[in-house]
Amino acid sequence: MTNVVITGLGATTPLGGDVPTTWENALGGLSGVRTLDNDWAEKYGMPVHFAGQLAVQPSEVLTRPETKRMDPSAQMAIVATREAWADAGSPEVDPERLGSIVSSGIGGVWTLLTAWDTVRDRGAERVLPLTVPMLMPNSPTAYVSLEIGARAGAHAPVSACASGAEAIGMAYDMIVSGRADVVVAGGTEAAIHPLPISAFAAMQALSKRNDDPAGASRPYDTTRDGFVLGEGSGVMVLESEEHAKARGARIYGRVLGVGMTSDANHIAAPDPEGAGQTRAMQIALKNAGVQVKDVCHVNAHATSTPVGDMIEARGIRGVLGSHADQVLLSATKSMTGHLLGGAGALESVFTVLALRDRKAPPTINVTSPDPELEVDLVRDIPRALPADGQLAAINNSFGFGGHNVAVVFGTA
Amino acid sequence: MAKSEAEVLEGLAAIVAEETGLDAADVQTDKSFTDDLDIDSLSMMTIVTLAEEEFDVRIPDEDVKNLVTVGDAVKYITGAQA
Repeated sequence: MTNVVITGLGATTPLGGDVPTTWENALGGLSGVRTLDNDWAEKYGMPVHFAGQLAVQPSEVLTRPETKRMDPSAQMAIVATREAWADAGSPEVDPERLGSIVSSGIGGVWTLLTAWDTVRDRGAERVLPLTVPMLMPNSPTAYVSLEIGARAGAHAPVSACASGAEAIGMAYDMIVSGRADVVVAGGTEAAIHPLPISAFAAMQALSKRNDDPAGASRPYDTTRDGFVLGEGSGVMVLESEEHAKARGARIYGRVLGVGMTSDANHIAAPDPEGAGQTRAMQIALKNAGVQVKDVCHVNAHATSTPVGDMIEARGIRGVLGSHADQVLLSATKSMTGHLLGGAGALESVFTVLALRDRKAPPTINVTSPDPELEVDLVRDIPRALPADGQLAAINNSFGFGGHNVAVVFGTA
Repeated sequence: MAKSEAEVLEGLAAIVAEETGLDAADVQTDKSFTDDLDIDSLSMMTIVTLAEEEFDVRIPDEDVKNLVTVGDAVKYITGAQA
């Protein structure tokens, strides 16, 4: 059996332009959510006036030609990939044993809609030739494969808000099945554009707390009123333990197992009983060979929607039973907003760092916890995980379409 | 107002520099787009599309293959303005 370890981390998020800054600000309980940096709300009559916008724009770190050739979703993935790859020691890997799996939930929405503006306003002849390679949803993973020279395969599983976690799950499978020794995996999303905001708002999915953007994402709070759209990317370098040890790599932690299920219940709403979510967690634990009693932390999907948060919380309680009283639950979307296809990847980065530091990050903005919540929620300040022994933690990600992904991580 | 060859070169060099990251000063009339400046066909089409807008000219696809050097493009654009 091949063991899979994590040897590099990268991110660009509403909390910071890299992993150390993002993690420090997450442990500090800061919010990355603020009023939109533009006039869209007034100009288009949008009901939502805020989002989790990037702390550092890719244009501040990439070259001008790079930002012109890549959709923002790919730019963010490249920023995160460069950090993760350098963090892993820029390893020499046989290109045919190196893969990339970096997902986006929505794809190059900025490129697509800007190109349509061009057709409508200036004519079809003005559409730029790079439009197609910029808008395709596999563009980020393709650019990552070019960046690192990955020839074992470049994939981009799309499952809405579960995409980033699914990418990590597939990367785990790719290594375990022997198709690759090293895979750069993660997710990215750049959908803070008037159309996606308006469309999510039309579903009644978004918080409308316009007078308090930083307090709008409040998973498990009784006054939660929807999720907050965020943007950014999280990427990790996954590697077979044998390969990592042979090159003396620093090991952050382990991917112990993955569970993926589908609801086949409704195109957008989660199964009200959370059966598919529960099965994903159970399958992941079984796949990992981890007992319920060994789980110390869960980074929940918890997007701050009235219905979704408690379906998941009941599922976690159902899977963990009375042991849930000893499990620290964190909902980091309270600080970052919801990165859609980037969410599962960024929260996997958080889960790995929580295990490394033995410290669960806080959930902010919870002033009156939902009375039905029967898991120990970490509020406002970080809390210590057990100081000794091997630890395991679960990261949940669920997506419109009924996609459920649970990834079990372990300490190094 | 038609632009001179020197003005077209300056404008074209700025477009090429923006697209490729090359120094505009390196975009000289004797340089080949593919062999010297390492510009692939998609980037070339991007440069052509931007140049059409910048200089208010039309460069049909069948003519693009004849634009081997920067000088070829400067001459074509200067002539097409008239």
